[in-house]
Amino acid sequence: MSIQVKEIHKQFGEFVALDQVSLDFPTGALTALLGPSGCGKTTLLRVIAGLETADSGRVILEGEDASDTHVRQRRVGFVFQHYALFRHMTVLENVAFGLRVKPRRERPDDAEIRRRVHRLLDLVQLDALAERFPAQLSGGQRQRVALARALAVEPRVLLLDEPFGALDAQVRKELRRWLRRLHDELQVTSIFVTHDQEEALEVADRVVLMNRGRVEQVDTPAEVYEAPATPFVYGFLGAVNVFHGRIEGPHLRVGEATLPHEQTQVIHGAEAVAFSRPHELRIVTDPDTPHGVAAVVERVLIFGADVRVELDSLPGAAVRGEPAHYEVVMPRAQVDALALTRGQRVRLVPSQIRVFPSQAA
Amino acid sequence: MGVATFFNPTRQTRVLPGFGLALGYTLVYLSLVVLIPLSAVFLESATLSGSEFWAIVSSPRVVATYKLSFGASLLAAAINAVFGLMLAWALVRYSFPGKKLIDALVDLPFALPTAVAGIALTALYAGNGWIGSLLAPLGIKVAFTPLGVLVALVFIGVPFVVRTVQPILEDLETELEEAAASLGANRLQTFSKVLLPTLLPALLTGFALAFARAVGEYGSVIFIAGNIPMVSEITPLIIITKLEQYDYAGATAVAVVMLVFSFLMLLAINLLQAWSAKRTGRNR
Amino acid sequence: MVAVGTLYGRGDARRYETNPATRETDWVKWLILTAALTFFLLFLLMPLIAVFTEALRKGWLTYLTAITDPDALASVRLTLLVAAISVPVNLVFGVAAAWAIAKFEFRGKRFLTTLIDLPFSVSPVIAGLIFVLLFGAHGWFGAWLFAHDIKIIFAVPGIVLATVFVTFPFVARELIPLMEAQGREEEEAAVVLGASGFQTFWRVTLPNIKWGLLYGVILCNARAMGEFGAVSVVSGHIRGQTNTMPLHVEILYNEYNFAAAFAVASLLALLALVTLGLKTFIEWKVERGLRDTI
Repeated sequence: MSIQVKEIHKQFGEFVALDQVSLDFPTGALTALLGPSGCGKTTLLRVIAGLETADSGRVILEGEDASDTHVRQRRVGFVFQHYALFRHMTVLENVAFGLRVKPRRERPDDAEIRRRVHRLLDLVQLDALAERFPAQLSGGQRQRVALARALAVEPRVLLLDEPFGALDAQVRKELRRWLRRLHDELQVTSIFVTHDQEEALEVADRVVLMNRGRVEQVDTPAEVYEAPATPFVYGFLGAVNVFHGRIEGPHLRVGEATLPHEQTQVIHGAEAVAFSRPHELRIVTDPDTPHGVAAVVERVLIFGADVRVELDSLPGAAVRGEPAHYEVVMPRAQVDALALTRGQRVRLVPSQIRVFPSQAA
Repeated sequence: MGVATFFNPTRQTRVLPGFGLALGYTLVYLSLVVLIPLSAVFLESATLSGSEFWAIVSSPRVVATYKLSFGASLLAAAINAVFGLMLAWALVRYSFPGKKLIDALVDLPFALPTAVAGIALTALYAGNGWIGSLLAPLGIKVAFTPLGVLVALVFIGVPFVVRTVQPILEDLETELEEAAASLGANRLQTFSKVLLPTLLPALLTGFALAFARAVGEYGSVIFIAGNIPMVSEITPLIIITKLEQYDYAGATAVAVVMLVFSFLMLLAINLLQAWSAKRTGRNR
Repeated sequence: MVAVGTLYGRGDARRYETNPATRETDWVKWLILTAALTFFLLFLLMPLIAVFTEALRKGWLTYLTAITDPDALASVRLTLLVAAISVPVNLVFGVAAAWAIAKFEFRGKRFLTTLIDLPFSVSPVIAGLIFVLLFGAHGWFGAWLFAHDIKIIFAVPGIVLATVFVTFPFVARELIPLMEAQGREEEEAAVVLGASGFQTFWRVTLPNIKWGLLYGVILCNARAMGEFGAVSVVSGHIRGQTNTMPLHVEILYNEYNFAAAFAVASLLALLALVTLGLKTFIEWKVERGLRDTI
């Protein structure tokens, strides 16, 4: 394990930013810290970097306890959300900075510094712009300079705070793929913070989901999406349909309807909440179907090969006083076969459903 | 052609009213109060021949005042640059008791009439004053010497450096220092390689403002200077001396030298501010 | 995004003191703090204290006698009169200039702004000199003025003129950046809704700039009441007639009447303190207003 954090606790006044967080970050992997605003992900990143001091807990870098090491001795590369480039220095001088400030006996000579900087600029495809100033670069180029600058000191770990947060959508997509390729090439243990689930699932080897200063789940992108460990993760990742009801043996009773489920750890008679992804619901037009929640077709939205059907619960069947909304995504051919019309009454049958005891939600 | 049409060659439509009136009034008032009176200095000096003009502005007593005024002003501005930066740094970066009060009192030299400052500084730095009596045993005389001129000029220059550097320092993202630290720079390196270059344009602007103000300063200096010709006489004072002797031409010639200097400083300050805006990414 | 570690807002130094990357070693901090505070003490605080201690050195009776002396009272009246004329005059100019410069585009705008700042870069002595050249006995209009028995130099009008000159930019330079920053959308909206030019200014612009305006007026007033160099050149120093308070301080001081000189000076120092107090209050008010709108 190249980075470990153990029982990190950090409070800002009354606000608990990190609540006894313990994590292992495997060597060479690219890990995403994912979560909503204020979940503590950036604080955790800054604690690892040494930019923030935890109230308690340890940070271990390559087996060595770095908790009391000052940020300048930690040898971490940090890429800031707004890049924090030194605007009075050229691209070359920015990247060379970490080498030039080394103590004299460790500092490479000028020719060596230039050679290394040019190699890095080659790597981030910016060698032609070495003499430019940050103000003369686009957002994406600045981001790459910031990355090259962080890599120049050969950090033990690369930390990136919302690396694509300040870029527009198009550049963002390109840089994501580029970062992934760069990581595969360099194999530096890296952690990046993001609030964008798509970004985390697309780029990272592993995703750490955080909420209110706690870790909710640590897994591969496929696993966190397919098998969310908590209701929070279910709600945070992708669109989801929510059913509130009561466990009745192998069924979940939602109002007058019943939904079959396969969970075994739930107690009979307990209040429960169930989740199902839009592609995990089937629309059944046969009114005699024994299972499934009754709903009314509200809108049918066609985009490409898939169709999204939006539905409302029946009038009067409001759960907890609020009418429920559902979303189903299915192939176009199936929808065409059903010939759905607005206002039509149908039943929704989940092909897959995850049930959690209610208090956890 | 009205004022509005001259200044608005593109003739875009104006939604808001009052442009012609406001600009016309501004130009007339500016001309009457500032431009025409100032041009009087240049027109008056034109009555002198080139050699007469030169004889006045290069006479030994006048040259001695330039040396003192410009020398002491430069030194005072430099002292202010160093201590003003430290004061601004302390006000932004450290918490200590009485900070709000000190912050407010930094502007004292703007608010305190110069004559009051002049007699107060004289009382302090005279041989029997609180500070003067401490320096006297060391053989240092401040009041009624060129050193006194320096003290007065330091006083009036304090707010310039503090107030130009302070807002830049407050707006500086901590990310810059965090980046430098994460790249292994120690505090001194971070200051000299990252912070100082960023603050430099503002610091120089403050320095130039303090310098320009000090060269023209009169009220706070004359009480403490002693005004001994060739020793502690400043350039503004020699203008007054010549006026009191009804030597209008002489006074005007020296005034022209000072005005030309002021215009050059104004130009330099404008360029510095443009540079500062560029470097710190602030648009005025 | 909830900014991290910003328990301490802008202007709170603890956000630097708690950050390992922006914190100095203790001895460096103390060194800087000591140097800065010593500088403050020697050059700002002690002169201020000296004014009051010198004023009261011979007791309250001497103090009161000095400030109730007829010549002293005459100087107070003249100072108030000069400020009462020059501040409103420059206020009107400042608003007009800021309206033209901040709300409209025209060529030469930056140059005009520089010209408005000009009086700040001119030595006060020269500010006095220019009016002597124009209106003095040997000045351009001297003979004409003498023939018509009008006295400007060595009289109150000269003092007012010199004061107007040196306080010329104060209001304008506060308002221009403020009104530029506020843009013209609100005024345009008012006009679109049918407001007249005056209504637009009175109901939309003025409420937006009131604190900036007051700020400029306070600084303008402080300088108007405290101006020494320019006024000294044109005044003639006639006791009870053309002496403003700063000039009266000078005369008393040159007569070695130190206690009286400092007594009158202490009134001006009080004015300075009030000015700084109001200035701080306005800054606080504006900052709070900004915070409330975010």
